[in-house]
Amino acid sequence: MTSELDIFVGNTTLIDEDVYRLWLDGYSVTDAVALRVRSGILEQTGATAAVLQSDTMDHYRTFHMLERLLHLLHQLIFQIPPSRLTVYPFWMGLTQPSESPARPRQTPFPLFYGGYYAFDEAFVREVLGKKLSKGTKKDLDDISTKTGITLKSCRRQFDNFKRVFKVVEEMRGSLVDNIQQHFLLSDRLARDYAAIVFFANNRFETGKKKLQYLSFGDFAFCAELMIQNWTLGAVGEAPTDPDSQMDDMDMDLDKEFLQDLKELKVLVADKDLLDLHKSLVCTALRGKLGVFSEMEANFKNLSRGLVNVAAKLTHNKDVRDLFVDLVEKFVEPCRSDHWPLSDVRFFLNQYSASVHSLDGFRHQALWDRYMGTLRGCLLRLYHD
Amino acid sequence: MPGKLKVKIVAGRHLPVMDRASDLTDAFVEVKFGNTTFKTDVYLKSLNPQWNSEWFKFEVDDEDLQDEPLQITVLDHDTYSANDAIGKVYIDIDPLLYSEAATVISGWFPIYDTIHGIRGEINVVVKVDLFNDLNRFRQSSCGVKFFCTTSIPKCYRAVIIHGFVEELVVNEDPEYQWIDRIRTPRASNEARQRLISLMSGELQRKIGLKVLEMRGNAVVGYLQCFDLEGESGLVVRAIGTACTLDKLSSPAAFLPACNSPSKEMKESPLVHPPSHGCRSTHNSPIHTATGSRLTQNFSVSVPTLIYTGMGSGSAGKEGGPFKALLRQQTQSALEQREFPFFTLTAFPPGFLVHVGGVVSARSVKLLDRIHNPAFVGIMGNTRSYKLLDWNSFNSDEPETRDAWWAEIRQEIKSHAKALGCHAVVGYSESTSICEEVCILSASGTAAVLNPRFLQDGTVEGCLEQRLEENLPTRCGFCHIPYDELNMPFPAHLTYCYNCRKQKVPDVLFTTIDLPTDATVIGKGCLIQARLCRLKKKAQAEANATAISNLLPFMEYEVHTQLMNKLKLKGMNALFGLRIQITVGENMLMGLASATGVYLAALPTPGGIQIAGKTPNDGSYEQHISHMQKKINDTIAKNKELYEINPPEISEEIIGSPIPEPRQRSRLLRSQSESSDEVTELDLSHGKKDAFVLEIDDTDAMEDVHSLLTDVPPPSGFYSCNTEIMPGINNWTSEIQMFTSVRVIRLSSLNLTNQALNKNFNDLCENLLKSLYFKLRSMIPCCLCHVNFTVSLPEDELIQVTVTAVAITFDKNQALQTTKTPVEKSLQRASTDNEELLQFPLELCSDSLPSHPFPPAKEHLESASSNSGIPAAQRATSVDYSSFADRCSSWIELIKLKAQTIRRGSIKTTVTVEKASPVGDGNFRNRSAPPCANSTVGVVKMTPLSFIPGAKITKYLGIINMFFIRETTSLREEGGVSGFLHAFIAEVFAMVRAHVAALGGNAVVSYIMKQCVFMENPNKNQAQCLINVSGDAVVFVRESDLEVVSSQQPTTNCQSSCTEGEVTT
Repeated sequence: MTSELDIFVGNTTLIDEDVYRLWLDGYSVTDAVALRVRSGILEQTGATAAVLQSDTMDHYRTFHMLERLLHLLHQLIFQIPPSRLTVYPFWMGLTQPSESPARPRQTPFPLFYGGYYAFDEAFVREVLGKKLSKGTKKDLDDISTKTGITLKSCRRQFDNFKRVFKVVEEMRGSLVDNIQQHFLLSDRLARDYAAIVFFANNRFETGKKKLQYLSFGDFAFCAELMIQNWTLGAVGEAPTDPDSQMDDMDMDLDKEFLQDLKELKVLVADKDLLDLHKSLVCTALRGKLGVFSEMEANFKNLSRGLVNVAAKLTHNKDVRDLFVDLVEKFVEPCRSDHWPLSDVRFFLNQYSASVHSLDGFRHQALWDRYMGTLRGCLLRLYHD
Repeated sequence: MPGKLKVKIVAGRHLPVMDRASDLTDAFVEVKFGNTTFKTDVYLKSLNPQWNSEWFKFEVDDEDLQDEPLQITVLDHDTYSANDAIGKVYIDIDPLLYSEAATVISGWFPIYDTIHGIRGEINVVVKVDLFNDLNRFRQSSCGVKFFCTTSIPKCYRAVIIHGFVEELVVNEDPEYQWIDRIRTPRASNEARQRLISLMSGELQRKIGLKVLEMRGNAVVGYLQCFDLEGESGLVVRAIGTACTLDKLSSPAAFLPACNSPSKEMKESPLVHPPSHGCRSTHNSPIHTATGSRLTQNFSVSVPTLIYTGMGSGSAGKEGGPFKALLRQQTQSALEQREFPFFTLTAFPPGFLVHVGGVVSARSVKLLDRIHNPAFVGIMGNTRSYKLLDWNSFNSDEPETRDAWWAEIRQEIKSHAKALGCHAVVGYSESTSICEEVCILSASGTAAVLNPRFLQDGTVEGCLEQRLEENLPTRCGFCHIPYDELNMPFPAHLTYCYNCRKQKVPDVLFTTIDLPTDATVIGKGCLIQARLCRLKKKAQAEANATAISNLLPFMEYEVHTQLMNKLKLKGMNALFGLRIQITVGENMLMGLASATGVYLAALPTPGGIQIAGKTPNDGSYEQHISHMQKKINDTIAKNKELYEINPPEISEEIIGSPIPEPRQRSRLLRSQSESSDEVTELDLSHGKKDAFVLEIDDTDAMEDVHSLLTDVPPPSGFYSCNTEIMPGINNWTSEIQMFTSVRVIRLSSLNLTNQALNKNFNDLCENLLKSLYFKLRSMIPCCLCHVNFTVSLPEDELIQVTVTAVAITFDKNQALQTTKTPVEKSLQRASTDNEELLQFPLELCSDSLPSHPFPPAKEHLESASSNSGIPAAQRATSVDYSSFADRCSSWIELIKLKAQTIRRGSIKTTVTVEKASPVGDGNFRNRSAPPCANSTVGVVKMTPLSFIPGAKITKYLGIINMFFIRETTSLREEGGVSGFLHAFIAEVFAMVRAHVAALGGNAVVSYIMKQCVFMENPNKNQAQCLINVSGDAVVFVRESDLEVVSSQQPTTNCQSSCTEGEVTT
């Protein structure tokens, strides 16, 4: 006697959160059943393994169907105003809200949505900044082996990144808002996705060995600062000509800004200016810095590093290496001299502020736009 | 030209991408009705087109309006090639044809394609302008209401229950036409869907005509089925009960649906006054006819006399002559009818007088033309299973099928007569087809009915008598309708344990719901008998003969199994019995489901005794005694589980059992004589009380084992296949309707009867276990209306489909109420003959303690002084429903109200207080669009006729939908499970959308009548046909109602006054 077909369809779709979790984590039905057995559910309910198997299969099938519908929605996204998106896939019975809030198992759709778009930190760290194209997919196997996350789960997460990327790529307006509205994600999750999309779009290198100590949170923090200050959207320029092939407001760095950054080179190229800058900083920090002598000795190197990073950003390749450069040119030297974080903060504050006192330097606004963000990033990146 | 149909296409959304290049769609819509087609403009490049079309107007006969569905096709415009169809929507406009139901159909309908499933939605508005047509010879029957519900719908009152209506329509199946070879699967499926839709419309119209002829205005318990006979055609048939219904004019005068008709009956003497005398004012010509009939005739004094006599206890042993008189009465009422059948399973109070037992008939037919008169001869000695050669008929003529059914119905009628009954209630018909063999089955419960409802509905008469009659009917339905000296079959009779005056059988099987006034001890449970029999593969006549020969044995075994299981549960009656025999290529399957209960009026069931054939063998003996012990333990355990603690009654009170030469425990009246004989043979071994199982071979051993393998549901779960679970009354509003389908493949190696039985048994048991597991979050809950359907789609494949609803209930209250019936029956037993004295006593004792409590007093006062009293009634309804089963008169009822309040039901009193200060304005706001508030988009579905915790305020019409889904990419759609899962979910979605478009928020009496699934995994193909039906309704939550109904009295009066003026 073999079971050919076994289904359960309710007028309201019941979602078992535990099984949903297992599904999201990419466990096969067999593994999920084994895990559920281990959770002691059989003893609690007096059910048999066969019943559990059937139940798990059924839930998995429901999730697969929901997944399909989920994707269906995104084909429609360009056409419907965001408010309409609250119309969830109606034929799954999910529009039927649970009547008693005391029964959380009849989960409304958004939770399903949020859960579906959740990702593993370990996974995202592996693909952050990588091109979200097919080529990378081959690497999913390696990532799965490396992180211990199931291949299925990796694929789902990767596809999610790709899907969100594709949808918001051609949209105007705030990146976070777009993601939040069109994917019905929580604010937090939307911000994370914005960072992922931003990194993927600019292809920032994050995989180098010397960057391994950085968490996704570190990068997401930097991404947010950069989106806020370095992109076109940041300057608040409304697209004047709708027909022009506009860059993505939030996703691409402001090209003009990057061009202008070359002008900063004078800060290190002009020896007088560099010396003046150094003396200003040293005067201000004397006695306040535990690592003053090291700072004094290294000032020119550090300044050269920071300014050169700015000047090089016109090249795509150098944009990609932004974080590598920052770590190489600033974080590592400071760390090897054992600068405490507070000293780094003092230094960076003084370093950026004292430029205002350089009479020969005319690009104050540009410098602030650059250093303001960079300072925030560097402070976040400066840890063990 | 009596009607104008107007259609407007508003918009579409979520359309599929039809143009790969642009990822967009250029959609337009074709609207077709009959032979007229309109088109909208093409809405270019959008997946969410806004057509906003003009009103498309169709001027049509009302005959067409009834038959034809409105057909809406969404297409993708293509300049160079043919336009691609996206999908279709069929809209049944029947609900718009009677004035009380929906006035407009407007909403988002899923666009359905038989290959791709749902592909977006379309917003449509449909209206109908009907012109009155007084032509007597018309072919249409607009205005006749249809209900799937098998009881009198909640907001109606039955004036007359006319009786059985049936009709069938036959056509060629498009799937088997020559053209099917050249057309696409999609075209073929659509042709089939359209044809069945047309045939359903025609069938409904024809039945409507019959109802009009009978001067009724509605069909209740309407059941439509289709038989796919393959090459020989497609039969759509329907049965129902014609009634004259009267809409209760005050919405508050009927009771909240959650409980049962019982309340309606108890309340009626109190509540009906405001509504009586006023006719509702629909404008169909039918109604005036009914009205004139009402005033014409008939005195009802005779039956009244009978009932009073019996109720007061004087009838006693002279019941015979009275019965005869009653029978005469009923007979005269029923004689005019060809078939005194009723598809209802629950009845207005006083309608059901006695119940005889289950009657059923089956007949094996060949769908092929056979010409072999010899067969009739061979089968001659088994009365029921004869083959009919129908060489003289053409397959397209419905007469053949009509004749088949007429034959079976005739048989049912004669069985009922043999049981001393003149009517059959809870009647249903079904078929099982395999290749060219078809088994037709009909079953019902033989009963004696009160003739008053059948002929005359003088309102005053009804009301007066109801009061008197309710006294004896509590156990009356259990009393035997046949003459004890001239019994149709040997039975073990005792005096009724309730009234001690009339005789009752020891076991009662019925196909109806438990009458709400019946006294039940403990809780009920689902009891199933499952059986498989192998049969040789054979062709035509040989096959039919083999089946005919097997049927009596199956019937007998199913019955034995049921009886054993019933005893094992310690119960003595079955309700809602449904025996399904399914025929396959190489086997027959029998599945009987019923709800077992312990009726207080029937004697305590004896145990089961096991007897061995070879008593000398010591170890064998030991084994037997071991088994016996196990059985006894199980019985004891079940009694505890289902809380069956019948009161101990001393022998003197019971009186000595009626001397009976042959004592037997059998009531199911099988039509087959051969099965009767077998029973007699076997059971003559029977000892006094106990049901003896003889273990003489391994088969019997298996049987005993299988008895013990049925696992009770986990704690917190109950299940039944009736509308309500006896012993549980306090439902909460959380319901979950579901359908579960399982198919298993049998390994062909070990195909023996035993292995087969075990597989089938496991399949059903595992399915139930899975359901319990799935629904564990709803505990404590009860699976109600559990409906199993078995089919054998192929060799070695068994398909079981289950539809049921899980309802949660409040455990604490349940415990409280289950105790009371026991107390009650104890009380009954002691007071015995002093029944008449009891009422005044109770009244006194209860009115006193209620005084110190102001709310209670207020209550009673309002109940007695205010003729409207919906407030009081509404306020108590929740609590008092739990006692409804027990009260036998309205005096007791008031007593119970007092009790309820004494118990400190805070809810009751608070609502009364809260309700009063709310102004009229508020009331209007709340009540006006009940479905339009927060509940938009939420459509409940339930197989029950009510929604717990809510009140049905309007019936919008019948939902009867037929879908076909086919795929040629089975694997890609997730295999058979994925395919069917998606399809059923889509069917639910489409039903919900249609109900919402009618303005409703629930489907009641929902049933999946057919789920035919065929697969061909090798070709990666599968096809499925689903037929569902139900009643679209508007319901209002009781909590929302509390405010509303307090305001109701004034509006009631107004409306009843104005209506009264109109009619006079």
